[in-house]
Amino acid sequence: MGRTLLDKVWDLHKVATLPSGQDQLFIGMHLVHEVTSPQAFQALSDRGLKVLFPERTFATVDHIVPTDGQRRPFADDLAEQMMRAIERNAAAHGIMFFGNTDDQGIVHIIGPELGLTQPGMTIACGDSHTSTHGALGSLAFGVGTSQIRDILATQTLALSRPKVRRIEVTGTLPVGVTAKDLIIQIIANLGVNGGIGFAYEYGGSAVSALSMESRLTMCNMSIEGGARAGYINPDSVTIEYLKGRRFVPRDGDFDKAVQFWKSMVSDGDADYADTYTLEGGSVEPMVSWGINPGQAVGVSGKLPRVSDARASDQDALKKAYDHTGFKEGDPIQGLSVDVAFIGSCTNGRISDLREAARVVKGKKVSSRVKALVVPGSRAVLRQAVAEGLPEIFRDAGFEWRDAGCSMCLAMNPDKLSGRQVCASSSNRNFIGRQGSPHGRTLLMSPAMAAAAAIAGEVVDARQMLPTGGGNGRS
Amino acid sequence: MAEATSMRKLIKGQGIVVPGNDIDTDRIIPARYLRMITFEELGKYAFYDERFDEGGKPKKHPLNDPRFAGGTVMLVNRNFGCGSSREHAPQSLMRMGIQAFVGESFGEIFSGNCTALGLPAARVSHEDAARIQDLVEKDPSLEVAVDLESRSVTVGEERFSFTMPDADRKSLASGTWDTTSVLLSNKDAVRATASRIPYVHGFVAAPGGSRG
Repeated sequence: MGRTLLDKVWDLHKVATLPSGQDQLFIGMHLVHEVTSPQAFQALSDRGLKVLFPERTFATVDHIVPTDGQRRPFADDLAEQMMRAIERNAAAHGIMFFGNTDDQGIVHIIGPELGLTQPGMTIACGDSHTSTHGALGSLAFGVGTSQIRDILATQTLALSRPKVRRIEVTGTLPVGVTAKDLIIQIIANLGVNGGIGFAYEYGGSAVSALSMESRLTMCNMSIEGGARAGYINPDSVTIEYLKGRRFVPRDGDFDKAVQFWKSMVSDGDADYADTYTLEGGSVEPMVSWGINPGQAVGVSGKLPRVSDARASDQDALKKAYDHTGFKEGDPIQGLSVDVAFIGSCTNGRISDLREAARVVKGKKVSSRVKALVVPGSRAVLRQAVAEGLPEIFRDAGFEWRDAGCSMCLAMNPDKLSGRQVCASSSNRNFIGRQGSPHGRTLLMSPAMAAAAAIAGEVVDARQMLPTGGGNGRS
Repeated sequence: MAEATSMRKLIKGQGIVVPGNDIDTDRIIPARYLRMITFEELGKYAFYDERFDEGGKPKKHPLNDPRFAGGTVMLVNRNFGCGSSREHAPQSLMRMGIQAFVGESFGEIFSGNCTALGLPAARVSHEDAARIQDLVEKDPSLEVAVDLESRSVTVGEERFSFTMPDADRKSLASGTWDTTSVLLSNKDAVRATASRIPYVHGFVAAPGGSRG
C-alpha cells in the first residue's frame, strides 16, 4: 500500500520514539501569538532554557488588538500588558515579530500570505485553528501552552500519529456555494466529535477546484469536526499561490522547493483508516443555528426537531434550544439578526471580502443591524483599499475596521451584547464565544453574512447576487 | 532542570457531576478571562458564565453546589473540552482543585493538555459514564478512585474499566508527563533530523523583516 502525505511528512520529521510510545516530531515552523505564549516563555526562563531554533519561530498579535484604531498604549490595560509581553519575549529570544509591522494580522492569515506556510512542513501554534495551514499540504497542529514550551525549548513535540480519514468531495459545488458551506456540511454530517483521533485529508474534484483561499477556509474548521489536523495535497494551485511570496525560495531554489513539495503528496494507493464521500453538488449555503458548528442546516432547511434526532444528540439539541430560544421546525430563512460580522481566520481574506462586496454593492444595511468588516491582516486591508472595497462597504453602512480577530472571540472590544443574534463568518458558535453569555451566533459564509446584514434576517445570498455575475468562486 | 513531578497512579477524591455533551473550552473558560499573562488567577473563572449571572450572583451549577464542594474528580459526558487549544481550560479547572476527569470522550487537544498538566482524562463507556454520574448524584460523599495501573474507576462499591491513550497513561503513571526534559535529552538527534529536512537547510528564502 502507498503512503499518505501525513505518513511522508511524519516520517521525514520524526526524531525518535519516546519511552511513552509517542513520536518526537521536529516542528519546521512555530507560530506564536500573544494569548497562549507568555506563560510558555515564562516556563522557559524559569528553567534557564533558550529558544532552540529562533529562526524557525515567528510571532504576531491578533486576538487582543482593537480594530478601531491600534494606537498604543491600548485602552485595555490587560491587552497592553499582553502586547508588551510578546514584544519583550520576541526581542529577548531573537524571534521575528510581525505584530508592530505592516505585516500584522491573524496568525493563520499571515502565515500563508507571507509564504511562511509551505507544503511538506510540520507547523504548530498555540491555537486550534492552526489546522488552516494544512490547506497548503503541511501538517499543522494546534497545541497547548505546555507544548509551546516544549517547542520553544526543543523545536519538537511529543505526538501520537493520528489516523487519516480521506474526505472525498465528488462533482462540483453549485454556483454560490462556498468552501465555508462545504466544511460546515461535512461537520454537520460527521459530527463535532467525529474527527477525534483523525487527521482529515480533503480531496476529490470539488476540492481540487477550490482556490487556495477557499482551501484555507476549509482546513481552518477541521478542528470544529474534532480532527487533530486537516490537509489538502499540494498541487498546481498550491505552487502558483506560493510563487513570489516573501518567504518562498526564488529562482533555482524555487524549483528545488517545488520538487520537494511534489514528493510530499499522498500516493494514489495510499492506505486510509477511513474514507467518507460527499457529493459536492448536494451542498447548499449553510447556516448554523445552535451552539456548536455541527448544529447547522442548509439555507432552504428548517431547524431540526429534538424528537427526530438520534437519542445521543437530543440533550445537545435541547441545550441549544434553551440557549438560542429558536423554535424547532422553523425555517432558518427569516431568522432575524442584529449584528453581521465579516472577518476571522476562517473568512478574513481578500477573496472573502470581494465575495461579500459583490452582495453588498449598491445596497444598504438594514437599519436594525450593526455590521462590520474586519480584514484578517494589514496586507488584506491594503489590497482591499486598492480595490475600493472599503467604499462599497461603508456606502452600504458597514463599519470598516483594522486587522485582527475582532468579533470571532471576546478578547477585544468587539463584542455582542445581551441576546443579540450575529450572522458571522467566523468558526465557532459556542455559548459566550462572541462576548455575551446570552448572545447567539449563526455561522455562515461571508456572502451569506453580507446578505443577512442587508436583509436584517437570514436569506439565501444567491438571490442577492448581481444577475449574470460570476460564479462566486472566482 | 528535572521538574519535581510525581507519579499519578491513583487519584482519589469526591466527584463533581458536570453533565452535558460537547462542553467546549469557551464555556469552561470564557475568552475574556484569557487576557492575562499568567495562569495563576484562572481558578476563579472556570465555567464563570454558567456559574454567575452578569451581576456576579451565583446561578444553579454543579460547581456552586455545596454537595460537590471539595470534589476533585470531574465526571463529564461526550467530547468534553472540544474547541480551542487554550490550556487555560484545564489550567482553570486544575487551579480550582480538579485532579482527574472521567467521561465518555474528550476533545483531543484538551485531553493532551490535561496530560501535560498531570491530569488523567479517563474514558468510560456511555452507559458507565451515566452510571457513575448517577451514583455520585445520589451520594456525593462517595469516593471516586481513578487507578491508572488497573485502568479502573471505582465509585463506592462499583468498579468500571476505562481507556486512555497508552502514551498518556504511561507518562502520568511514571511521572514523566512534563515532556520538555525528555525531548531535550535528544537534542543531538533533533539537530540531525533538522539537517536532513530539505526546507530547513536546503532552500530558505531571504527574510524581509527584521528580527526583534
